[in-house]
Amino acid sequence: MTRELTYAKAISTTIAQAMRADPDVFVLGEDVSAGGPFTTTAGLVEEFGAARVIDTPISEAAICGVAVGAAQSGLRPVLEIMYVDFITLALDQLVNQAAKAHFMSGGQLTVPMVLRTQGGAGQRAAAQHSQSLEAWLTHVPGLTVVMPSGAADAAGLLAAAMTAPGPVVVVENKVLYFRREPVPDPVEPIPLGRAAVRRRGRDVTVVALSRMVGEALAAAEELAAEGIEVEVIDPRTLVPLDLDTVVESVRRTNRLVVAHEAVRHGGFGAEVAAAVQHAAFDDLDAPVERVGAPFQPIPLSPPLEDAYLPGAAEIRSAVMTTLGRVPV
Amino acid sequence: MTASVHRDVSTAAPTPDVLRDLLTTMWRIRAFEERVGALKRADEVHGLIHLSIGGEGVAAAVCRQLRDGDAVYSGHRAHGHAVAKGTPLDRTMAELMGREGGLCSGMGGSMHLVDVAHGFLGATGVVGGNIPLALGSALAAKQRGTDAVAVVFFGDGAVQAGLFTESVNLATLWRLPVLLVCENNGFAEFTPRSAHTTVERVSDVVAPYPLPRTTVDGNEVGEVWSAFSELLARARAGEGPALLECLTHRLRGHYEGDPDRYREAVSTEDWQRKDPILRLQRAGHDAGWLAADEPAALEAAARAEVDEAVAWARSSPFPAVARAAALVESGGAR
Repeated sequence: MTRELTYAKAISTTIAQAMRADPDVFVLGEDVSAGGPFTTTAGLVEEFGAARVIDTPISEAAICGVAVGAAQSGLRPVLEIMYVDFITLALDQLVNQAAKAHFMSGGQLTVPMVLRTQGGAGQRAAAQHSQSLEAWLTHVPGLTVVMPSGAADAAGLLAAAMTAPGPVVVVENKVLYFRREPVPDPVEPIPLGRAAVRRRGRDVTVVALSRMVGEALAAAEELAAEGIEVEVIDPRTLVPLDLDTVVESVRRTNRLVVAHEAVRHGGFGAEVAAAVQHAAFDDLDAPVERVGAPFQPIPLSPPLEDAYLPGAAEIRSAVMTTLGRVPV
Repeated sequence: MTASVHRDVSTAAPTPDVLRDLLTTMWRIRAFEERVGALKRADEVHGLIHLSIGGEGVAAAVCRQLRDGDAVYSGHRAHGHAVAKGTPLDRTMAELMGREGGLCSGMGGSMHLVDVAHGFLGATGVVGGNIPLALGSALAAKQRGTDAVAVVFFGDGAVQAGLFTESVNLATLWRLPVLLVCENNGFAEFTPRSAHTTVERVSDVVAPYPLPRTTVDGNEVGEVWSAFSELLARARAGEGPALLECLTHRLRGHYEGDPDRYREAVSTEDWQRKDPILRLQRAGHDAGWLAADEPAALEAAARAEVDEAVAWARSSPFPAVARAAALVESGGAR
């Protein structure tokens, strides 16, 4: 059975389902009892009470540390960092404590926590409320990093994250929160580390993250009208990355575009490009193209933000480049 | 709620049996750490080594009152806290040597000691970095309705980090069963406290918050025991967090091998007066619970135990290289 849910409602529904099933699951974060700015925790305090839906002060470092300690002591915290831009304040706790506890203790400690946050531009929120910082997180051994591109994945990947043995960071996208799609009822976990092929195509493989999956599908639709068949892969989990699915696709298409909203410079696309060229060098007929934002902070001014944001047009152009055609 | 506890030491004074236990623990820590210093110089113990010699009284007096189910966290100067909480000397020594038989299979070393079986949830190399983790463990105890507590040891250097204030705020806001134990040795790494803050006493830093706060002479073991006992009883009874500031002195530098040119050398005479072990022994002789020949016997027993621990650690192999990758895998999402 499925039901039509927004991405935001899919998240609150999944958390509620987990809280009903496991008394150790609890939510903490800023404004969570009010549902947060995007309603992702709406309704939880009414059902589960303030002891399990805990409003916190604006103390990202301490609340992340509280989540780590609670997880080490057997609970399953679901921590919300309201904007990924603020994860900077919690990074010591996430990187030096959460990510390393299991390793440094020789496996004695486990940190089964979920850190939910959201990024992405497009809402005129300027440079401190719009970033895409997932690449930093993927650089830290010990963290699982998830980026759901739609409501069904937001539910399924979160359900899996809440039963994972170690810390999982789920980076949602604010522009996607109020898009609807059918979501399984009850929510079924989607295994972490498994990519989804969103569209089959023989000519070019596009690996797209988060919001860029929709942009890649839009580009693919346009290109199909011109006789170019694009295969769109959504890795869903950045760490661990399902490289096999990408490489298998590239062996058929011989061309690869990697697309994300984060700045291209030092972005996760570089890791995918490097890994694919290493695994399938002889299968590539063109250099790997990367689509990402320019190496700039995000401007407020609407025409400038629109110009900054990569989307379907940039993906289309990159696909044409891999085919040796002059982008139109 | 009062902001400060006025202790009546006589009501919570440790018994002679307890004091003898504390002395035994202090000798075990002293012997262990003196050996660690020697082994560091011999390149058998690896990593950055911070010794607590001179500060054993705090570790002994606090941890003696805890249970395995209580969570203890510590900082980079953690050997004493770990040993006092019950970590076996052999596996602790093996960890410092990076051996497979170490508490953490040689993955963490001195600054990252963990022994879950004894409730030692961990040391950290980031100053003040795990204060909120203790709050998290305390929150878990509260959520589950147990009377377990969490204790976090940290130095005065951690108090100037924002995380400290964030944590005090949360601990009091949520009335968590967490005990903040500050060992104020007057130095943050190489720099005296006066160069980092205008607030001399850590207990004054938390003055606006509703939690009992008290400052004791950390080299006077009985005083630490009594003060902590009272704060612990409150926390177990659900009355919330507390801060205990113990004024201590570290005989060694910040780490083994540091230049140590930043402070005046302690005269032998001065040290005889301050050393918590010698002080407790003098008190024991004066009060009659410690026979004249007991200290030598306690010291000899501790050194023999450390000898055995070193032999055991040396016989433990280094871990297989593949162990590191396996731990990343087992801690992750696959």
